[in-house]
Amino acid sequence: MKFLLTSLLILAAQNVFADDLQTIQHNLNVVWTCLAAFMVFFMQAGFALVEMGLTRSKNAINIIMKNLMDFSIGSILFFFLGYGLMFGQSNGLFGTTDFMLSGVTGDSWSYTFILFQTVFAATAATIVSGAMAERTIFTSYLIYSIFITGIIYPISGSWAWGSLANGSGWLENLSSGAFIDFAGSTVVHSLGGWLALAGAITIGPRRGKYGPDGSVLAIPGHNIPFAALGVFILWLAWFGFNAGSTTLGDGSIGRIAFMTNISAVCGAISAMLLSWILYKKPDATMSLNGALAGLVAITAGCANVSWEGAAIIGLIAGLLVVSSIIFIDSKLKIDDPVGAVSVHGVCGAWGTLAVGLFGAEKALGIAEANSGLFYGGGFSQLLSQLIGVGTFMAYGFLSGLILFKTIKKLRGLRVTEEEEYVGLDIQEHGLEAYYESK
Amino acid sequence: MKMIVAIIQPDKLSRVKKLLYENNIKRFFVHDCYGHSDEDSIIERYRGVEMQVDLKKKVRIQIAVNDHYVEKAVNAILAGGKSGKIGDGKIFVYPIENCYRIASGEEGEIAIG
Repeated sequence: MKFLLTSLLILAAQNVFADDLQTIQHNLNVVWTCLAAFMVFFMQAGFALVEMGLTRSKNAINIIMKNLMDFSIGSILFFFLGYGLMFGQSNGLFGTTDFMLSGVTGDSWSYTFILFQTVFAATAATIVSGAMAERTIFTSYLIYSIFITGIIYPISGSWAWGSLANGSGWLENLSSGAFIDFAGSTVVHSLGGWLALAGAITIGPRRGKYGPDGSVLAIPGHNIPFAALGVFILWLAWFGFNAGSTTLGDGSIGRIAFMTNISAVCGAISAMLLSWILYKKPDATMSLNGALAGLVAITAGCANVSWEGAAIIGLIAGLLVVSSIIFIDSKLKIDDPVGAVSVHGVCGAWGTLAVGLFGAEKALGIAEANSGLFYGGGFSQLLSQLIGVGTFMAYGFLSGLILFKTIKKLRGLRVTEEEEYVGLDIQEHGLEAYYESK
Repeated sequence: MKMIVAIIQPDKLSRVKKLLYENNIKRFFVHDCYGHSDEDSIIERYRGVEMQVDLKKKVRIQIAVNDHYVEKAVNAILAGGKSGKIGDGKIFVYPIENCYRIASGEEGEIAIG
């Protein structure tokens, strides 16, 4: 029976010509990349739940509206403007062609690629939302999300990823070796994190976060189960984010998904242990942030590091995120309700640098030489990573400061004291999330 | 006619309820409430920042009874609500001037039922 089946399969295989194989591969690429894009889209749900869970019930509708609208407006802006700036033929600083589908040749791949890149752009924008939650004017939020997805993210994205389509970026042509950020620890997450930092500084802390004497106060989130569900949704979506960034239906997606998971679990464990040591109890929201920290950190190197590298990247990310949240909250006195700066900015930077330490391409059998310092690759890749990380940090933070200060000056960024007290839901949107009026 | 108001620990409600039913007391109100007593404050921690929780969750039971039911009701709550620790709560009994049943317009002891 087995012999018969095998013979039939061989006969069938002989009838498949090379062209057909190519078509099958092409279709497989489209299907996998689309599936991954759908998963990355669902990150919007994850981010919305994390943000809602870690903030007060009186602002839940505002958070839903922000996450819905930054994706909706951002999708259009990225399609009109952003995609061309990021992936069009580059003038050295940004792309100048391929606006509004002008580069699309009619096959399904172009649409697939644009969709995939759109959901990435929306992710960068939505990171900022959490850091500025509970006090930002809705229309001002819409304005900055237009600038982030339409201009800020695509320009810097073109430096690192332009050659994925028709562009070419200067970070891809460094003399020390091309900057490696496989799925966007820096291009997407760190950028979002540094923009969030600029936003949180410009808008100032929520009323009641710090006492008049400078004491640090807690503003507990209203639904920790929401936050947890959001983290699990993000985790699932991350398999699409990282393994989908191959944009190829090939064998590497299994390895990349595996490395992604290793880093995430290590981040969750190390964050839990650190919180346990510091506070005598395993802290839920810190552990959840730890999983996200591991995911953000492995995003740059998920295709280049070994499992040991992935584990260490995740472990350190988990420790970094807890220390960074405490430092930003109680020392810098910057109010970031969800820890966006620590999770995305700090851990994104760490994970990107770590590629220069743990790059093990030869050991994985995917290249002639290892790029990582700890794998005998020398310092050159680390230098490239440092240049990339530093560039995005300076660019993200400065462009964020300019953007938010300008919006603040022209039309205001922050709601009134009364509105903040009553809640943005009633004042901005005219409805409570949990209807309690009698 | 007496009004009995008892503040008890939330986890004791089901036991108190059962004992009230067993004593044929079936008309009462239950409210969630918060209170402060001689109990220690709880220290909770949110994202690394300590929070002192002074007001604890309690349950307030309100029962209007005719005089010969007062002892039964009080005993049921005493038995069901007791753990022996600080924070078990209190029972207050005070007179009712009158009572009306809205559905029928009856008043006094008949209205209490």
